[in-house]
Amino acid sequence: MIRIEGLTYSYGDGVNALDGVDLEVRDSELLAIVGENGAGKTTLVKHLNGLLKPQRGRVIVEGVDTKETTVATLAKKVGLVFQNPDHMLFAETVEKELSFALINFGLQPEEIAKRVEWALIEFRLSNYRDRSPFTLSGGEKKRVSLASVLCYDPQIIILDEPTTGQDNLQKTRLASTLTKLNRQGKTVIVVTHDIEFVADFIPRVVVMSRGKIIADGPTEEILVRKDVMEASSILPPQLADLSWKMGLNTPSINSEIIVEEIRQMLRGEQK
Amino acid sequence: MAIIEVKGLCYTYPESESPSLIDVNFKAEPGEFVLVTGPSGCGKTTFCRALNGLIPNSYGGDFKGEVMVDGLLTTSTPVYELAQRVGLVFQNPENELFCTTVEREVAFGPENLALPREEIAMRVEEALEIVGISHLKEKSPEELSGGEQQKVAIAALLAMKPKVLVLDEPTANLDPVSAKSVLELMHRLNKNGVTVILVEHRLEMVSHLVDRCVVFEGGRIVADGSPREVLYSDKVSELGVGLPKVVQVSKRLSSLIGEPLRFLTSDELASYVRGRVA
Ligand SMILES: Nc1ncnc2c1ncn2[C@@H]1O[C@H](COP(=O)(O)OP(=O)(O)OP(=O)(O)O)[C@@H](O)[C@H]1O
Ligand SMILES: Nc1ncnc2c1ncn2[C@@H]1O[C@H](COP(=O)(O)OP(=O)(O)OP(=O)(O)O)[C@@H](O)[C@H]1O
Ligand SMILES: [Mg+2]
Ligand SMILES: [Mg+2]
Repeated sequence: MIRIEGLTYSYGDGVNALDGVDLEVRDSELLAIVGENGAGKTTLVKHLNGLLKPQRGRVIVEGVDTKETTVATLAKKVGLVFQNPDHMLFAETVEKELSFALINFGLQPEEIAKRVEWALIEFRLSNYRDRSPFTLSGGEKKRVSLASVLCYDPQIIILDEPTTGQDNLQKTRLASTLTKLNRQGKTVIVVTHDIEFVADFIPRVVVMSRGKIIADGPTEEILVRKDVMEASSILPPQLADLSWKMGLNTPSINSEIIVEEIRQMLRGEQK
Repeated sequence: MAIIEVKGLCYTYPESESPSLIDVNFKAEPGEFVLVTGPSGCGKTTFCRALNGLIPNSYGGDFKGEVMVDGLLTTSTPVYELAQRVGLVFQNPENELFCTTVEREVAFGPENLALPREEIAMRVEEALEIVGISHLKEKSPEELSGGEQQKVAIAALLAMKPKVLVLDEPTANLDPVSAKSVLELMHRLNKNGVTVILVEHRLEMVSHLVDRCVVFEGGRIVADGSPREVLYSDKVSELGVGLPKVVQVSKRLSSLIGEPLRFLTSDELASYVRGRVA
């Protein structure tokens, strides 16, 4: 469980990048954090693995105050995939990149081999095993950075913009990987601007704006609220927009529901 | 005359066994707005690098065929010369930012063109204004959020006023409203005669703005046509390219009611439904 209370943080330029944030994430939740550029999303998640320490307020991760522990200790529990993959990648080959943390955590060679294999397959990287991560395409790099964290199996998984550079197929695969891990009991937090991805796959959404949380709740409720979206530079998912434009009484982000609604409207017309 | 002409382009990166571009033929007329899409790793970024001469001039590798931009052959034109004609926003712009302040970063290109001071100041001001980051001009690019850095890269490009803009997933780190305004800006620049080549995976954001949609797969161009033709083609649904929700819904409805529907935007679909019901 993660508990954030009254968290305030400033980079020292006179504005609060985070301004009194309260947030609770229960074990094995799957949630998204969305909000405008500069809202404070990255700053917030950097507090969860101790890279940043609260200037005011507290961050408690699985019962431990992040101020009273080290990044190295937290890293075993909390895996954070950075927004920019180039900040994470450093090894000569993809395989070395993936095994690095595992070696560091002192795992047995057989276990390491097994996990690296899992990650290569799960993220469709098998062909790139011996390639330098720096010569990969944007989307491939991002997948290496995701794989390098997921293969050490942290209990809490935080992904900062995991869908950038991913085509639809990769996104769908990523979603199913995350859902699977989540069902196995992992807590998964996804920071993203990809509202369609949130609408399709993520049950809870936290909306940030100017360092504050301005909404938090079930995705299908939050993403059809115009006030929330306007305040945080989010645009509605295409289907919510369509719902409004068709004048549906209950807007939806589910394509089956929308297809059915339209069918009924057209049927009504035929009578 | 075409502003971009690519003929029989094949390219393999140094130390790579397999080609990243295979027999690519492509032509763009001045003032076209072309969307480039396709699965991750299909060659989109490589294609962009070939358009501004980074490939092969900086990357080396095995290059066959030819790329002409604004009448210049990329293989015999220095990269800085090409840079005045073709502006490229990289997929991961943070790595390209190196100045101490946002303002200097945006001024860097125009300074290198040796423009008069006032002209430079004006262009910088304007570019910052357009992407909405005037308030960040004193900040160091390192101290910006991911999306803010992306906006700096876009402003730096605009300040160069190139004839051809090549944008490699320019909206990847932008919030939806900023993404929309950057794309609309490209649309406006395009209406003023700038040729725009835009790489994007999220088709719902761009398909209604572009004239043409080119799909790569495995280093080849496998589809090229109007966005409506391409998005409703069988080829594209097989590729796993993300079809916008409106396209998915239109296809489902089509098969349910036996009427061919090919809508691209929620406006189009909504007004069709309202028209039928009214
Ligand atoms: N290292 C830094 N030094 C100074 N200011 C910073 C630094 N990193 C971020 N900021 C500022 O803090 C605010 C919050 O930044 P943060 O990176 O948390 O935003 P974000 O919500 O992740 O945005 P994005 O969607 O663009 O990635 C922004 O105004 C940003 O300019
Ligand atoms: N510097 C490089 N050296 C060797 N191979 C490379 C290099 N850059 C890219 N490649 C390979 O060339 C192919 C095409 O890569 P490219 O970056 O053009 O793909 P892309 O379509 O832009 O993908 P994405 O959507 O993931 O950014 C990929 O298989 C990639 O691994
Ligand atoms: Mg961020
Ligand atoms: Mg790319």
